[in-house]
Amino acid sequence: MAMAAEDIARLIKERFPDAEINIEDLAGDGDHYSATIVSEAFRGKSRVQQHQMVYDALKGNMGGVLHALALKTAAP
Amino acid sequence: MSAQDVQDWIGKQIAGNDVVLFMKGTKTMPQCGFSMQVAQILNHLGVEFKDINVLEDMSVRDGIKAYSNWPTIPQLYVKGEFIGGCDIVREMFQAGELQELLSGKGIATNTQTLTA
Repeated sequence: MAMAAEDIARLIKERFPDAEINIEDLAGDGDHYSATIVSEAFRGKSRVQQHQMVYDALKGNMGGVLHALALKTAAP
Repeated sequence: MSAQDVQDWIGKQIAGNDVVLFMKGTKTMPQCGFSMQVAQILNHLGVEFKDINVLEDMSVRDGIKAYSNWPTIPQLYVKGEFIGGCDIVREMFQAGELQELLSGKGIATNTQTLTA
């Protein structure tokens, strides 16, 4: 199972409309991604909280159809 | 074990060990690259930690995700606090923050002499 980069970006954009999102398909297999997300929503949040917000935006796909997504989050 | 028993068991492991890593495989034989990275960082820092192999028990593998509301493994806990998964641990290690956090919590590492 895999998930297209556009689908990942769309789900993130829905939750964080202001976000700058950069997604890389690390292995070219549609299954191992890295995402850098910069959004005002992350300001004042711990890293764990920031990543939980992204996982929440991905609606249960993380750890399921989405096997590997290396995350880097930050406020602008 | 019921789901609640599993949560209790996980809570006890985290409360009873200063540093706990829930991982795929063991510290001497990791079964996943992400788990291996975190184990390597802890080994590199000379940190004593308890490894819990989630592949040995499906109920723990699912239970730890519910425990922390975190969908992936590995998961690192220090003094009862969830620190993060592979990305966060690596980022903190590279920034020197993991070393600070450990020493701030009184966990012995081999890096004291390296702090500027």
